[in-house]
Formats: sequence, C-alpha cells, structure tokens
Amino acid sequence: MKVTVNGRDTVFEGGTVASLVLSLGFDMTRIAVELNGDVVRRADLDSTEIKDGDKVEVVHFVGGG
Amino acid sequence: MMLITRESYYAALSERLGHDASKKLSEACIGIAGLGGLGSNAALQLARSGVGKLVIADFDSVDPANVHRQCYPLESVGMMKTDALEREIERVNPWCVVEKHNIRVTPENISVFDHCTIVIEAFDKAEEKIMLAENLRDKMLIMGNGMAGTGPADDIVTKRVGKNLIVCGDGTSDVDKDGSFLSSRVAVCAAKQANAALRIILGLES
Repeated sequence: MKVTVNGRDTVFEGGTVASLVLSLGFDMTRIAVELNGDVVRRADLDSTEIKDGDKVEVVHFVGGG
Repeated sequence: MMLITRESYYAALSERLGHDASKKLSEACIGIAGLGGLGSNAALQLARSGVGKLVIADFDSVDPANVHRQCYPLESVGMMKTDALEREIERVNPWCVVEKHNIRVTPENISVFDHCTIVIEAFDKAEEKIMLAENLRDKMLIMGNGMAGTGPADDIVTKRVGKNLIVCGDGTSDVDKDGSFLSSRVAVCAAKQANAALRIILGLES
C-alpha cells in the first residue's frame, strides 16, 4: 500500500502505526504520531492499523524549552 | 504617571488592530505549560497583545541562570515562576487575568487547561512534550521543538503538523547535545509560538 509519511509517498507492506514508524527507524520513545490529522495515543500505536492512502506525520522531539 | 484604564488600554489596541481583533484578544484564554525560556517569553508577548486570560503552570522557582534567557529580572530569583511571571504580566497588562498553577503537569492534573482553547507547550523534556500532545488532543496545541545551541535563528520554523497541532523549532537541536540556549534563539521560538496563537485567535489560521 501507499501512505504519505511527513509529506513523502512511502510504500508500506501493511501493519500497525507502530510497525510503520519502527520500519522507518524512528526512536519510539521520542516521537508523537499524527494519523490523518489526529495524534495517536502511545497506547494505541500497536493496535491502530494503517490503511492505504493514510497520511502520517511523525514528529521527533528533542529536549529544550 | 498617566492613568491608564482597561478601557483606554483596549481603545489603544483597537486603534492599531481594529475593534474586532481587540475584542477577540480580550476574550481569549490561552494555557502556558512550562514557564522557562519558551513559556515565560510567549506568555508575556500574549499578555502584551491584549489576551484576556492566561492559565500558567510550572512547578519550579526562578534560578539565577534562568535570567540569561527567560523573561524574569534578577529581583525575581527565588520566587515561584508562576508568581514571578504574574508580576511581569501585571506590568504590561494588569487586566490580563492570570490563573496560576504551581504544579508539574501530568495526565492527572491536565484539566487545569480545560477552559483554554489554545495551549502553548513549553516544557524542557521531550517525554513531557509528548505527554502533552497525547493528552490535549482536543485543544489547539502549539509546541516548541528544537531551539537549543547557537544555530541560526532562521532555522526555527512554524509547521502545521495536524488539525490541532503546530510545532515551532528547528526540529533537531537538543539541549542535552547542543547545550543551553541563547536568549535570542529561545525568544525567536517563543515569539513564533505566540504569533501562531495570535493568528488562531484572530481567525487567520484554519
């Protein structure tokens, strides 16, 4: 299936939000994920399935404020 | 000193921004989560702009090193940041209602922001930033992400990430790796967060 991750077309074999962001090499402890505009709760990353055409934004957070 | 009333303060603001904008600002309620370099500077700019109510939260007190990059004067060292920020706000907009919470914000007490339509995220730790994003999904959340070190100010950008999420910062400079902030750099990020909030209040962001 095709999904858009951070504005880029990406081919994904299918699976959950967690499997998608892990396959892209993100550090799971420091990210927030938006699926089609809404933040996915950490507890739901493993159970939320990605669908063809989904838009995903992964924000990697760093310290400082 | 010239006597300035709430009416004359808002009349002067209306002259510059228009009555409609001034009214929207006076009716706005914005949350500030964390009162360090980002939160203290953003809050003061929002108060200056005529925002009617700010809900401010931080568990910490003002340390001498904070004065290098946060909005506090030396005379506030030792005060709770909530009290110190309230004093600074009173000096620029005494009609801004300040609701203070001396707390470390957690999922259990996050309801302090229930009456805010917009919340400025200004925490220090990445994990706390994520906690806020996960627990304030029904608010417009304006986050700071990457303003440490001494990089160019123009690397700090405002990005609309989702329906309710705006992120300001360079996205990479980490206080643990790139060192502490320049006052100017953290203020750029805080100003971008405040600007995004003001644009939302004025109906200029969808």
